[in-house]
Formats: sequence, C-alpha cells, structure tokens
Amino acid sequence: MNRVWLRVIAPLAVGALFLALWQAAARLSGVPVYILPAPSDIAGSLWVDGPSLLGSLLVTLRITLAALAAAAIIGGLIALVFSLSRVIEISFFPYAVILQVTPIVAIAPLIIIWVHTPFLALLTCAWIVAFFPIVSNTTVGLNSADRNLLALFKLYGASRGQVLWFLRVPTALPYFLAGLRISGGLALIGAVVAEFVAGTGGAETGLAYRILEAGYRLAIPRLFAALFLLSVTGIAIYLVLDFISRRVLRRWHESVTAEGEE
Amino acid sequence: MISSFSEPAVEVAEAAPILELINVSKRFGSGLEALAAVDLRVGRGEFLSLLGPSGCGKSTLLRIVAGLTPPSAGDCRLAIDRASGRLGFVFQDPTLMPWSTVIANVLLPFRIARRRGAEPRDKAAAAIRAVGLAGFEDSYPHQLSGGMRMRVSIARALVTEPDLLLLDEPFAALDEITRLQLNDDLLRLWERYRPTIVFVTHSVFESVYLSTRIAVMTARPGRIAADLTIDLAQPRSRATRLSPDYAAMCERVSATLAQAMGTP
Ligand SMILES: Nc1ncnc2c1ncn2[C@@H]1O[C@H](COP(=O)(O)OP(=O)(O)OP(=O)(O)O)[C@@H](O)[C@H]1O
Ligand SMILES: [Mg+2]
Repeated sequence: MNRVWLRVIAPLAVGALFLALWQAAARLSGVPVYILPAPSDIAGSLWVDGPSLLGSLLVTLRITLAALAAAAIIGGLIALVFSLSRVIEISFFPYAVILQVTPIVAIAPLIIIWVHTPFLALLTCAWIVAFFPIVSNTTVGLNSADRNLLALFKLYGASRGQVLWFLRVPTALPYFLAGLRISGGLALIGAVVAEFVAGTGGAETGLAYRILEAGYRLAIPRLFAALFLLSVTGIAIYLVLDFISRRVLRRWHESVTAEGEE
Repeated sequence: MISSFSEPAVEVAEAAPILELINVSKRFGSGLEALAAVDLRVGRGEFLSLLGPSGCGKSTLLRIVAGLTPPSAGDCRLAIDRASGRLGFVFQDPTLMPWSTVIANVLLPFRIARRRGAEPRDKAAAAIRAVGLAGFEDSYPHQLSGGMRMRVSIARALVTEPDLLLLDEPFAALDEITRLQLNDDLLRLWERYRPTIVFVTHSVFESVYLSTRIAVMTARPGRIAADLTIDLAQPRSRATRLSPDYAAMCERVSATLAQAMGTP
C-alpha cells in the first residue's frame, strides 16, 4: 500500500516542484511570453483554446487509433504468415526492417503525393511507423513455443492448425501485447510527423498542424497547450494498452501474476 | 491392458514384446554418434529403467521410441499405434501450457484428437484424482508447486490410458521428499493401470526400487551393456528400501554401471 502511494506521490511532487520553479523563473527573469511562457500562461491558453484544440486532438487521435488497429491486425497477420513459412519470413523480413529504419519524415511526402485521400495518407504514414514492433515481436513469439510441448503435440498427432491455435498463438500473445504497447506510442508519433509534413492538407486540421501554426504566429502558450494535450494523449494510450494487456494475461502470465504474490 | 501380473517379467517379455529395438543407432547431423547398435525388447507390463551416464543417449532413445526423431539405422518396432494416445510421454520438466488450467492441460490429448464432451472430462477428472490433485482442476500451473506440476504432467500422460508410458528423468528436478513420494505414487499407478513403462534415470536407487528390469547403458555412443532383472518382491513399498535384498541389488547395479562406464 505504501509503495503504491509512493509511486503516485513521488512523481507528482517532482512535477509540482518543477512547475513551481518554472513559474518563478519565467516571472522573475522577465523573459517574454512568446519565448518562455509561464505554466499559468499555458493553463490560461488551455482554458481559452481548449475546445478548438480538443477538436484537433480528435482528428489526430482518429488517425492514431486507426493506424494502431491496422498495425495490430495487419502486423499480426504478417507475423502469422512469417511463422507458417520460413522461406517467406526470410524473403520479406529485411524489407520490413528497411521500412522501419527509413525515417518516416523522408517518405511521408511521397506517400502524401501517392495517396490522394488525406486521411488515408496520414494513416499510412502512422501505420508504417507502428507496425514493425508488432510484426517482429509476434514473429518471435510464434516461434518461441516450448520445444517439449511441440514434441508432445506431435506425439498426439496434432495438425499444423492445432499446433498454431493451441500452442503458437497463446505463446505469442504476451509478445504481441508488448509490441502493441510500443506501437501505441509510435502510432501517435507517426500521425504527428505525417501531419507536420502534410501541412493543413484537408479540411480538418490535426493537433500537429495547430502546433506549427502556433509557432508561426508566436502564440507560444498555445503551442505548449497543444504539446501538453499530445503528451497526455500518449500517456493515456499507453495506460489503456497496458490495462488491456494485464486483463488478457492476468490469469497466467508471469509479468502479471508475479505482482499478486508480493 | 495386461492380465498376467503374477508371471515373471522376463517371460512376459518373451511372450509379447510391445517394443522392440533392433540394431538401432543414431548419428546426429553434427556427426555425433549418440547411439550404437542398441538391441532391446520390452514386454507388456514391464517396468524397465534405462540407467546410464549423462549424455549416453537415453533421451535420444526415448525420442526414437516416441517417433519424435528417426533412427539413423536399425528398426524400432512398436506393437501399438503411436498417434492414437496408446503412448504417453513425460518429460523432465512438467511441460504444461501456462495459459491453461490443470484440467485443460490434462484434456490436451483429447482436444488434439477432437474428442469433446462428458467422457473425456470424466477421464481427465479421474486422472487428476489418481495423481492426488483433486480440487486443483481449475488452478493454473503457476499456482502449483514443482511436484504438483509433475503430477499434472503424469495425469496428462495417463489420461488416454496408454499401453506404453515413456518417462525421461521425470523426478530429477524435485527434492528428495517429493521424489520418494512420487516414486511410490508412480508404482501405485503402474499396479493399477498396468502400462508398460520405460523410465530413464540417473539414480541407481530409484531404478532398483521401481523397476522389474534395468537396462544399463555405456557412455557415448550408448549401447546396452547389461540387462538385469530386478526380482524384488511386489508390491514395492517403503519396507522394500530397508530390505537387505534391496541393498544387495543396488550394490550389484552400481557395480554393473561402473563397469559399463569403464571405471571399475
Ligand atoms: N538434436 C541434437 N543434435 C545434436 N546432438 C544431439 C542432439 N540431441 C542430443 N545430442 C547429443 O547426443 C548425445 C546424447 O544426448 P541425450 O540427450 O540422449 O543424452 P542423455 O543420456 O539423455 O543425457 P542426460 O542424462 O544428461 O539427459 C549428447 O552428447 C547430446 O549432446
Ligand atoms: Mg536426457
């Protein structure tokens, strides 16, 4: 119990101290608001611009979640295909790596030219950033089935399908969920980067574009407010995915069950 | 499964071998020769222990019998159909599915055979009872002790009522108390269901206590150096361990093993 409180209170105390120092420094130093706004300025901007910023956040969030869902489904399926055929895995895995290591800022302009629907273009960019952890993690998971359990399945004459569904997929589940938690953050980053590159693009403007715009207009408190919303969203995505992962694994996986034994 | 409990094991072996290895050898892709010309006949209802130094190919031999790896040469004849659940295998580790409950783990052979419904469930419940785990059907493996997990593994191997049960050092990782307890439990299960058992172990004491027959293997490449009938009185119990016959037999098997390993 004490430990739980410590976990909540200690980071909050650090945060509060940091904000107080920031507030004091901004006010006492006399640095103009358009260079370093005080936390109170940012809070004010959040209050005034909040509703319109939230609308933009919704646009970005929609792209993020759609990209994450696509990454989970397509990434999972790619891993499944990889696990079924070693030849396919060996042939295609390097290209998944290439897609992963090429900076998304560099390919985003191309994608925006090729894909005409703005929503789909942004989705594609975010997806490219998000899908790799799921593919690589799940592939490892599907190939990590216990050697003796595999022997046992063979002994009882299991079909390939049975080995896959009863053994490989459950083994891979924790790996997949770990990949999903990483991809959640990446999908948000991908969406933001794509919006930066795309500019205003369509009729709807996402949060990233609002940040750019605020920068141009030296509306720095609003820039910080948007940034704040973005961070909160990233944290929320992580917490939700972490919660889902715990729910799914709670009965059997060491990462969850070990905590209950403390 | 087997009726002639009172007959001496050796005679049974000659009457109806359930397993026959003829000139079986195994050379791995790496060039390592694990088994050289193993000849072995196992009769129905026997409790045979394979005793030999580490790395002499005992696990390899069991895997060949189970059809998990082919022999490089020679013949492995089984009087039963492997895939139909007539053959059970217990590994050194419990080898349970951590995401499944005890009963689901024990039901695995039926699930693979696409047998559902009340009959498999009854059999699974009976097997769990037989290994002394009644009440733990819905527990997950991580909630059990090492010994209990091993019992689940044995229940899973027994649930199809196999004619041939292969055990690869099943108790090696357990503490002495649990190990002795499981030795007795295994004997009771053998007396009750009468499967043929091939049991791999490093322990002279364990092999003499359990077996009707011990095949002593040489160091790599493994072959059968000696074949000893253990004619201690049945049924065996804690009293057996205290008898002079038991001590004498352990002495003899130890000497044979030392000879097979080339350390007189
Ligand atoms: N898949 C494999 N490929 C190559 N060599 C192998 C393989 N499996 C086993 N071996 C080798 O074959 C030899 C016999 O192995 P095996 O596991 O059968 O021994 P064992 O008698 O069971 O030993 P232990 O008592 O330590 O379990 C060992 O030297 C081992 O290194
Ligand atoms: Mg072994």
